[in-house]
Amino acid sequence: MISVNIYRYNPEKDSFPYMQTFKFEKPKRDIMVLELLNQLKEKDPTISYRRSCREGVCGSDGMNINGKNGLACITPLSTVIKKNKLDLRPLPGLPVVRDLVVDMTEFYAQYEKIKPFLQNDTPVDIGERLQSPEDRDKLDGLYECILCACCSTSCPSFWWNPDKFVGPAALLQAYRFIADSRDTKTAERLQDLSDPFSVYRCHGIMNCVSVCPKGLNPNEAIGEIKSMLLSGKSKQNLIASDAVS
Amino acid sequence: MSTLNSSNIKTLEFDVLVIGGGGSGMRTSLELAKSGLKTAVVSKVFPTRSHTVSAQGGITCAIASADPQDDWRWHMYDTVKGSDYIGDQDAIEYMCSQGPKAVFELEHMGLPFSRTENGRIYQRPFGGQSKDFGKGGQAARTCAAADRTGHALLHTLYQNNVKEGSNFLNEWFAVDLVLNKFKEVTGVVAFSIESGEVAYLKAQATVLATGGAGRIYASTTNALINTGDGLGMSLRAGIPAQDMEMWQFHPTGIYGAGSLVTEGCRGEGGYLINKDGERFMERYAPNAKDLAGRDVVARSMVLEILEGRGCGEDKDHVFLKLDHLGADVLNAKLPGICELSRTFAAVDPVFEPIPVVPTCHYMMGGTPTNIHGQAFKLSSSDDDYIPGLFSVGEAACVSVHGANRLGGNSLLDLVVFGRAAGLHINEALKSGGGVADSDKDDIELALHNLNKLNESSAGYEVSAVKKELQEVMQNYFGVFRRGDYMDKGVSALEEIREKIENLHLKDKSAAFNTNRVEAIELQNLFEVAEATAISSLQRTESRGAHAREDYPDRDDENWLCHSLYDPTTKVLGKRHVNFEPSQVEAFPPKVRTY
Repeated sequence: MISVNIYRYNPEKDSFPYMQTFKFEKPKRDIMVLELLNQLKEKDPTISYRRSCREGVCGSDGMNINGKNGLACITPLSTVIKKNKLDLRPLPGLPVVRDLVVDMTEFYAQYEKIKPFLQNDTPVDIGERLQSPEDRDKLDGLYECILCACCSTSCPSFWWNPDKFVGPAALLQAYRFIADSRDTKTAERLQDLSDPFSVYRCHGIMNCVSVCPKGLNPNEAIGEIKSMLLSGKSKQNLIASDAVS
Repeated sequence: MSTLNSSNIKTLEFDVLVIGGGGSGMRTSLELAKSGLKTAVVSKVFPTRSHTVSAQGGITCAIASADPQDDWRWHMYDTVKGSDYIGDQDAIEYMCSQGPKAVFELEHMGLPFSRTENGRIYQRPFGGQSKDFGKGGQAARTCAAADRTGHALLHTLYQNNVKEGSNFLNEWFAVDLVLNKFKEVTGVVAFSIESGEVAYLKAQATVLATGGAGRIYASTTNALINTGDGLGMSLRAGIPAQDMEMWQFHPTGIYGAGSLVTEGCRGEGGYLINKDGERFMERYAPNAKDLAGRDVVARSMVLEILEGRGCGEDKDHVFLKLDHLGADVLNAKLPGICELSRTFAAVDPVFEPIPVVPTCHYMMGGTPTNIHGQAFKLSSSDDDYIPGLFSVGEAACVSVHGANRLGGNSLLDLVVFGRAAGLHINEALKSGGGVADSDKDDIELALHNLNKLNESSAGYEVSAVKKELQEVMQNYFGVFRRGDYMDKGVSALEEIREKIENLHLKDKSAAFNTNRVEAIELQNLFEVAEATAISSLQRTESRGAHAREDYPDRDDENWLCHSLYDPTTKVLGKRHVNFEPSQVEAFPPKVRTY
């Protein structure tokens, strides 16, 4: 038997959250943590969590699994169980709505803040904008983000300043647009990140890299942004160089 | 919780409601965001969690990148043939001819398409594609962002909705349509999943963009959220559904897990093998081989398994071989598949084949509409609409897919018809179109079901009834169908209906109550399942994805038509197929071979 301890909190009934223990027969074949939750929910339909694609591409079921953030649907039980014990908690640092469901408002607000859309005012007459395969390759490792929030909610800087530090997920997306050869607002994007908090609260502890379920590296992207900011690519310089090119 | 009525719930008023935040819903809302109309996207999940995110291989469209001579008319021919001739040719013509514009728009919005050496959008071969009206061999027409095209498309659409300031009601769940005394749709009753607050969302136009319902089957590539909520609502309101017998079984779902393995794998040169290592599709489709229509490939796989040539201990699946493509191609073109395969099949496709089996994938049927998304009444006329009601994407049956969808055509369907519906609604509402108000009784009728659930003190358990339903559909309405089995299936469903109407909602709480959501989702699944079962039993022929052992041939004399299911009488009517495209001659029905 496995002891599955699940963080429970229902705002209508509970003054404080608590851990509830469920005994679970160790399955013969390895199953994902999400499947375990689904089976427990069949017995106790009051357990709440988000889930959708069940294959690691929609980003719904980020949670803290035995102390480490991950996606329940692509985390095999065998890789996380310790001494027949499994603790499931909501993602840290965000307000809990209920059980394993967190309020992601601040996370999404940071995403919106970086203007997560291509900006290019030059009209295209016909067809697509051209982009070389080499330029397109620069987006690999960036565009695949699924906004699961595993990284940002594992980051102490985001815990302290969720309103001011953009956080690894949104910074990865900021760099995704900076790196896109089709985007013409690099200078403005950098300018928007140049205050003491937005990027500089990243101290490179790499929790984001170690938890990303998609194997992405927000730390590297943040490093690129920092070096662009530090190399004096101020707004003025960049606008001047854009004009030359 | 006290009984909900029209005076104790809020009314939130909009010009347009888009129910569903996937590809089609967000393409509709994007068009409307620019219009100045007050629009809300009502999505039961944060939009980027919608099932469009799981689409892999690409979006099929004649942008003439891989082949400069490519022509949308060839794409149209393939789509008509793929549909086994019950796709509406006016709609297919519209989709294929408008497609390039819609795809270039996505690129301009920032979609990170893979690229060719000359910087254009990369296109790969997919099943059922040809050049020169079937005479010029295999085409490569599917525009791709590696094998994550759906993810890239959905995020791009969300990003551009953010840019345009679209209004989202995220994690709101629509329960039932509200109809006024003229049977016009005036919005929905919905609740916030987070707070439990119930409201009447009132609108002049309501767009169902709720996607498919693959979860009626036990084994499906579909997300857990694909429960046909829009169709469930419309069927409960007595609104018809078209071609509900037409369900696509994708040839390559991962054995056991059901996760999709893109047709792009075969487009890039992968192929299927049986236990003897034989490339068996050469026998079934000598020309197109592994890139025949999905219905053809799925049936061939099942026949191989039935004849004892399946793989594995139980000989119940076949293998998809990719290792000959080499690690470089696999990592560059199919990185997501490698990841999924390692996670869900414990197989690295660089070295070993992936165990696959045909798996429920796509609902060709849905709410019948014209190319503007306007929902048809139960009538054979082309001018008989339900005022206020629209549908787009997989939830709709416009019908571009007919009896069998071609790979890559669903993403094109989403953006082309999402855009078209947005344009039409904008014009219609600005020129004075709209609906009369609903009264108190109309709203309370739509609250009835929710009240009944909320007040249930005994009854059937949601998860048990759902399993029962899925098993019935899997056993009696699968890849091959037979009248006597389907009769049993229909009777089994009649018994399940009693349970569906008497579910016990154990959890009555307000905040993030997923038990309540799942109970209503199950009721929606049931409506879709029943429509599927009755339509399948009553279409007495084989066409496209609908393969009957007792009626093995296509019957153009009696069934070259859409089926139209009436949920109030549970009788299957017919609706004519459009054979009147405006820019080309219609493609007449032919024997369909690959």
